[in-house]
Amino acid sequence: MADVTLMKTPAESALAQAFESAKNMLPGNAESRAQAFEQFSSRGLPHRRVEEFKYTDLRALLREIAPFANVPSAEEAKAALRESKAFADVSALQVPFVNGHFVREAVDFHNLPEGIEIVPLREALANGHEWLAKLSPVTWASDNPIYQLNTSFMADGVMIRVAGAVETPVHLRFVTAAGSAVATATRVLVVVEDDASVTLLESHESTDGTNHQPNDVMEMIAGDRSNVQHVRLNAEGDKTLALSTLAMKIGGEATFNSINVVAGAATSRHQVYAILDGENTNLRVNGASMLKGSQHSDSTLVVEHNALHCESRELFKTVIDNEATGVFQGKIIVPHHAQKTDGRMMSAALLLAEGGSMNNKPELEIFADDVQCAHGATCGQLDEDLLFYLMARGLPKKDAESLLVQAFLGEAIEFVENESAREALVTTVESWLKARA
Amino acid sequence: MLEIKNLVVQIEDKRILNGLDLTVNKGEVAAIMGPNGSGKSTLSYVIAGKEDYEVLDGEILLDGQNLLEMEPDQRAAAGVFLAFQYPLEIPGVGTMTFLKAALNAQRKARGQDELSTPDFIKQVNAAAAKLEMPKDMLKRALNVGFSGGEKKRMEILQMALLQPSFCILDETDSGLDIDALRIVSEGVNALRSPDRAFLVITHYQRLLNHIVPDTVHVMHGGRIVRTGGKELALELEANGYADYRESEAA
Repeated sequence: MADVTLMKTPAESALAQAFESAKNMLPGNAESRAQAFEQFSSRGLPHRRVEEFKYTDLRALLREIAPFANVPSAEEAKAALRESKAFADVSALQVPFVNGHFVREAVDFHNLPEGIEIVPLREALANGHEWLAKLSPVTWASDNPIYQLNTSFMADGVMIRVAGAVETPVHLRFVTAAGSAVATATRVLVVVEDDASVTLLESHESTDGTNHQPNDVMEMIAGDRSNVQHVRLNAEGDKTLALSTLAMKIGGEATFNSINVVAGAATSRHQVYAILDGENTNLRVNGASMLKGSQHSDSTLVVEHNALHCESRELFKTVIDNEATGVFQGKIIVPHHAQKTDGRMMSAALLLAEGGSMNNKPELEIFADDVQCAHGATCGQLDEDLLFYLMARGLPKKDAESLLVQAFLGEAIEFVENESAREALVTTVESWLKARA
Repeated sequence: MLEIKNLVVQIEDKRILNGLDLTVNKGEVAAIMGPNGSGKSTLSYVIAGKEDYEVLDGEILLDGQNLLEMEPDQRAAAGVFLAFQYPLEIPGVGTMTFLKAALNAQRKARGQDELSTPDFIKQVNAAAAKLEMPKDMLKRALNVGFSGGEKKRMEILQMALLQPSFCILDETDSGLDIDALRIVSEGVNALRSPDRAFLVITHYQRLLNHIVPDTVHVMHGGRIVRTGGKELALELEANGYADYRESEAA
């Protein structure tokens, strides 16, 4: 057979080089990293002819690779965290990361809330911690090039174990504040034991005007009868290219709610991969995205119903101003053994200006015959009649528009149970609208 | 107070108002009656400032101010209030949020301070009690799941709160049962004052038993074709609009 050499883009060559020089310094099993990078390299950066990346052409978007961030000094970390504003009014256990590195000094390991255990990933990788076996709970996620890059480069993270009902929310606070553009790769694993419950907040902030490239993976294993409330806020800087993956495997009779609110980044792609692995489980995945300027934001979702009687609800709301672009790709998979599945997926986009665009791709892949599944996608403008009604009551046009946009996004946000987190999200929407006016 | 001169309006090339003249004085309650399609609702929308209509000629002055040059919110701040024939449901917008936003927007436009939350709640509760509105209506999204009668009461509640100087009631009686009609009418009558004028648009004389007008105008073919006192409404109820239709045909 003739040798075939794939042409690499400069970014792909830079990634190969970065991996060569980093692989011996990164903690843990070099072999699994090499394997992941090998898988990534065999196909390279995904482009528009790769179905899952048709609307988010990473080869075109990722022209230059930023160097991977070094561990910040204690002062740098402190300064960066002082500037962080996400969920500032929510009282929670802080688990902070600066420039993709866990700030362990900020966590009082001796006084963690009851039921919470935290293991820094860097140490765990170096020592071969037993929980490492729980990484990658959604096996098919490892086919994804963004996930492969994270596995290749993951430099830091935490593993969290939750047992029992934990009242205090856990806030994973990611801040990228390096003066020049950096790439980061973090991995967080959360294991929620049977009958346990927890609220996880996740926020991502980075400095404006800098081309940071975070690639974050959050993996969760939720046990039987567990209850997980996950609230994620993308408040990245205006030049950041943010890639993220949420992969979860959920046991039976569990409740799992997750929302991703996009209020930042030049380009972002949030991938959610979920497996419902036990009967009678309830999953809710929502999204609320606010896009303006030339922002591009992609929400990609695959939910696999792998057991009887599970219910999943997905509601994604996207508001698009100026020339921004929204993408929603959602797929519900129901294999033949997952009878009595009830799945409903909805994506609704609101275009506030002429130049914006939205790409909706809902899919159902159903092999079972006794299921209820539905999907819907809408794309529209603000209702002129509603605007007139509000204006006829004295609201100036911008205020009337704001009220309707708040109502539109509110539908996706209102299910957030933690009141102060929900209020923080509502405030995020209000500030976005205020900046627009 | 309100002066309309030679108003010509079309929508999608269809002429609806044909040189309409109308004057409503301060303190006056003027009724407009007319058959379906005579342009009554168009008139109310054009006064309030709905965009879909093309004004080809004429003017609308409120206290000497040219309404046609103003946005709907500016007209509202100037004192115009349209009680909609079909009030809109706005899912996700809380009734109280909406009322407060509207009230404060108008206060701001008039250079007044925003109302404090306790004062605002007091005012709303007082107005709601007068209209015999159940309190939980105020906790729901605006008009969502309200019955026809509840929606109309909500319109009158807004009118009572916003205290406009020129009120248009567009077929407020449609969809109301007898009790609701009485409550709504009492709400309107309570707002009658020498400084405030009303334009009451209706098909039926029934509403005018409750809200007794000073003048009655008959509208047909996009014009006011006859003006009289309240007895004109009774005459129309007895004879219908046939006379006007025939005069058109002749």
